[in-house]
Amino acid sequence: MSKRTPVKRTEQDDEEHPSEHTGDGEHPSDRGDSGSPTDEQPSDPGVETGAESVVAGLENAGVEYMFGVTGGAIMPVYDALYEHEQITHITMAHEQGAAHAADAYGIVSGRPGVCMATSGPGATNLVTGIADANMDSDPLVALTGQVPRDFVGNDAFQETDTIGVTKPVTKYNIFSDDETTVGDDIGTAWALANEGRQGPTLVDLPKDVTQAETDSQPAEPSTPDSYDPPTAAEDVMVAAAAETLAAAERPLVLAGGGVIKGEATEELKTVAREHEIPVVTTMPGTGAFPQTDPLSQGIAGMHGTGYANLAISNCDVMLAVGTRFDDRLTGDIATFAPDAEIIHIDIDPAEISKNVEADYPLVGDAGVVMKQLLRAMPGTPPAETWREQCQAWQEEYPLDYEAPEDEPLKPEYIVESFDEVTPDDTIVAAGVGQHQMWAWQYWTFTEPRTWVTSHGLGTMGYAVPAAVGAKLAAPDREVVAFDGDGSFLMTAQELTVAAREDLDITIVVLNNEAVGMVRQWQDGFYGGRHMASEYSWAPQFDKVAEAFGAKGLRAETYEGLDATIQEARGYDGPAVIDAVIDPTENVYPMVPSGGDNARFALNADQLEGL
Amino acid sequence: MSRGELPGPAPEDRMQPEGRRNSQGIRIDPETEAEHPPERAVLSALVTHEPGVLAEISGLFSRRQFNIESLTVGPTVDDSLARMTIVIEEPRPGVDQAKKQLEKRIPVISVRELDTDAVQRELVIVKVNGDHPDQVNAITDMYNGQTLDAGPRTVTVELTGNQQKIDDAIDAYRQFGIRELVRTGYAALARGEAPTAQVSQPNQAPTDAQVATEEISDD
Repeated sequence: MSKRTPVKRTEQDDEEHPSEHTGDGEHPSDRGDSGSPTDEQPSDPGVETGAESVVAGLENAGVEYMFGVTGGAIMPVYDALYEHEQITHITMAHEQGAAHAADAYGIVSGRPGVCMATSGPGATNLVTGIADANMDSDPLVALTGQVPRDFVGNDAFQETDTIGVTKPVTKYNIFSDDETTVGDDIGTAWALANEGRQGPTLVDLPKDVTQAETDSQPAEPSTPDSYDPPTAAEDVMVAAAAETLAAAERPLVLAGGGVIKGEATEELKTVAREHEIPVVTTMPGTGAFPQTDPLSQGIAGMHGTGYANLAISNCDVMLAVGTRFDDRLTGDIATFAPDAEIIHIDIDPAEISKNVEADYPLVGDAGVVMKQLLRAMPGTPPAETWREQCQAWQEEYPLDYEAPEDEPLKPEYIVESFDEVTPDDTIVAAGVGQHQMWAWQYWTFTEPRTWVTSHGLGTMGYAVPAAVGAKLAAPDREVVAFDGDGSFLMTAQELTVAAREDLDITIVVLNNEAVGMVRQWQDGFYGGRHMASEYSWAPQFDKVAEAFGAKGLRAETYEGLDATIQEARGYDGPAVIDAVIDPTENVYPMVPSGGDNARFALNADQLEGL
Repeated sequence: MSRGELPGPAPEDRMQPEGRRNSQGIRIDPETEAEHPPERAVLSALVTHEPGVLAEISGLFSRRQFNIESLTVGPTVDDSLARMTIVIEEPRPGVDQAKKQLEKRIPVISVRELDTDAVQRELVIVKVNGDHPDQVNAITDMYNGQTLDAGPRTVTVELTGNQQKIDDAIDAYRQFGIRELVRTGYAALARGEAPTAQVSQPNQAPTDAQVATEEISDD
């Protein structure tokens, strides 16, 4: 295979593209209002067109990377990027990959990732990634080209009602129909994606707007005046919640993704450690609390640990922070923490009592409210017995597996092997399915922003583009992506990007020649009829990797596995291990959809009995 | 046989909590178990007056399956703002959730649920057969309506009122044969000093300046 060098932007004809233009009176300005940029110190490079205003808006926001695919209607913006060295554009193979890469960039960096695509199919291909970000409250800004304003509504070539299509899956979107404010719209979209409850925003950019002449310098990114996310919770409610929590005999912290999004992991540790409260995390909350801490009670939900789910079912006061009580977490609502008074901290009032009633709604920023709570705590919960019980459950329901030398590879073993040799701050990306659950269960997460996957939307194919975005957000950290064979086939083409950009990432395909999670459900609930879940033929993924410009490796036996792992890690560029795993391995524990968390199944027989 | 099984006591051998929650996620106390029956709620939302907002709000109600009875929208004294009056029928937690989901959308400035005594009006335009114009007029007068158009074959009238009055009037017109009718859905404002949704301090009474503005533009 050939190792590629990253493509460098050519600068040979910069002379022909003057970037010193200040916009002073050289173009007729149709702006009659005062405060035109001519009164101000012109910034460099100046703005001449709507597209340059877009780029200036991105620069104002401090955007370093964009992920995109070019095309007709977005060409003016791409052209404007030509001269702007501050922003590095990563050309993806497919727009879905661009959205996932930007999403992962946002998860790891904490700042909105930016993706860009043309109108029509470019925009619709972004939709999956936007919807994914919307479910997981990931900060993401999408820019889409649009046909010129005069053509909108006429079913023009590559026209789609992008605003209409993405309205239900964005926090905010806007059809930017004025070249003098188009740069401001970028700033608004960026700020809204970033502030309050984070989420995806979209700016639709008609081609004639981005092509139009304007010298309008965009304002700094800011949210609309009417947007005012809460910070501190009501003191009276905080005091009442603190009193209840301090009196709890079986207290539990449920840490959701909001703890990480809200940069509140230190406050969470203080609450838990000062008051000796066991901590369970949701899947997006994984990494919010170190799993090595004695108070860590594991991960909860459908494939969460038994001891976490039992703690949820039996607690008497739950401090839930930044979680939306997704059905994969709660199982049957009737049996979700049914004895618990719930203290719910969330920045989004609409999450309060949406799925589970909050006895103490604390609306505000996770970190701020936890500090309020800490100040208000009249004492520490008398929970010695409860902590012993939690510990006993950990011993009763360990995650465990056997890995006989003469049998096919166990996926759990591969995950653990990687975990052992990689640094603590390694970023773990995953697609969706069984491999994702094994990675989640068997990796020991100790830091926030190290677990990068698709939670709410469950988007197969997330891992490869996510690894690309994650690596660019954290170039000094190791990135390992676990993928399934089904997931990998959906976005494997993004390997070309990793090769082109020379990204040092390792992708492990846990290959069981099936859409394994579906097959597991078929075994459990559909009488073992494996409809459309098994592949009668699939490519050899190490060879696919080589063809895409990555290093391809195979792992089929325990012998040599460690060496293969080290070879992949040591390779300076993207490496893919096609790991042939035991196809009969399934994911347990499992709470059937809509089941009782406390009645998680530990094997197939128990699953049938539920 | 599938692999991946784990050790530990079986489901029936585990500690089981005794409580339950109802479908609304509320812990059930058998003593005071409260089921929330659907109730009618009138929401007034002040929104930015720009394209797409109506679609955004109607889409929100549709995709979150809120049971919507009527939705009306129109400009306000401030050209940049529009007021929506939305009547929904939901159990109390659903009404609360609808309000919060509305408030969350960026173009929505403020949302308020109106009291039951709020001033509520609906307009209906009815076109009936014109065979008995005098009798049609009598009913129109009875309901304080107006005749908009009268021809040899049809009479078209308008009425405003609350839902009950309009339902009654429509029933009364049936005898002539209703050819077509259109209802606008509710428009509503809070009664007296009580505020409807406002730009600033949404839960406060309007300032004198705001009141004056409303009055001037009222003619």
